[in-house]
Amino acid sequence: MDALRPRLLTRFLLPLGLFALLAVVLTIGIFRSKDKGIIVSPLLGKPAPQFALPDLLVPGRTVRTEELKGRWYLLNVWGTWCGECRAEHDMLLRARASGLVPLIGMDWKDDDQQAQAWLRQLGNPYETVVADRSGRAAIDWGVYGAPETFLVNPQGVIVYKHIGALDEQTWTREIVPRVTSGAASKS
Amino acid sequence: MSHPLRALLLAAVLMLGAGSVRALDTTVLPDPKLQARYQVLTHELRCMQCQNESIADSPVDLAADLRNQVREQLLAGKSDDEVRAWMAARYGDFILFRPRYSWRNAWLWGAPAALLLLGAIVSWRIVRARTRLLPDDQEPLEEDLRS
Repeated sequence: MDALRPRLLTRFLLPLGLFALLAVVLTIGIFRSKDKGIIVSPLLGKPAPQFALPDLLVPGRTVRTEELKGRWYLLNVWGTWCGECRAEHDMLLRARASGLVPLIGMDWKDDDQQAQAWLRQLGNPYETVVADRSGRAAIDWGVYGAPETFLVNPQGVIVYKHIGALDEQTWTREIVPRVTSGAASKS
Repeated sequence: MSHPLRALLLAAVLMLGAGSVRALDTTVLPDPKLQARYQVLTHELRCMQCQNESIADSPVDLAADLRNQVREQLLAGKSDDEVRAWMAARYGDFILFRPRYSWRNAWLWGAPAALLLLGAIVSWRIVRARTRLLPDDQEPLEEDLRS
């Protein structure tokens, strides 16, 4: 009968401990569930992928990733076919007006004329816009749904990625602090 | 096998064919071996936009672009693993429906074996404890009844 006598450790503390562990794991799961749809890019902390693409606004000019190196920039992937891109456009214009960090547009699988008309009508937030007509460069950047925005540091490394329309909150909480602290530590 | 069961099985087999009739992807590679590898690869790469579909089943533009990449890379002589690594380098392991083993997900791969082992230990202990409850008396039951 000795074997079945309830022992404090196995009959009480062990199940209680397991329950507590499970409760902690599930609680973390609940609090993190809002991040469930976000897929972390494997490119974070890696050098920005190379491209050589035609300039949408300057005929005959080719823009390469290498030429963008040496300062902070935001690479914004958009298209005239993308509704969310229209939604974030005003935010992009405000970002440009702030003068904090230049915006490089990547016009993804789009019609050049339509894209040019879009920028004429709505205003052009970009310093440079490259035309990724085949969508091949966007695949190298791991883009799966426009709009997507990448923050690249002066060393040419991707430090942050935002999926979906860029908003005021992302701008002030994620982008401004990174650029200003990066600029301060450099000088 | 009973008749209703046989009919059900037949219906199921016929339905298997129905899916491929309106195949979305009509790509045909020159070599049947390449074609077979292409079919397997496109069915085990996730469409990043729809997420629960493979790029072979998804009608979105990006899936078509990624299928095109698979085709081009197979034609260029890349191995299946090279194609998978190329995709994962851009979109992360999430794009692979059959995830690769890594130290980060080792606990997931090991969990079923660990749980099975734990269950075996627990049931062995229970059986041993219950065995001890049996009377030491080894004589046949009839003798107990007679007394």
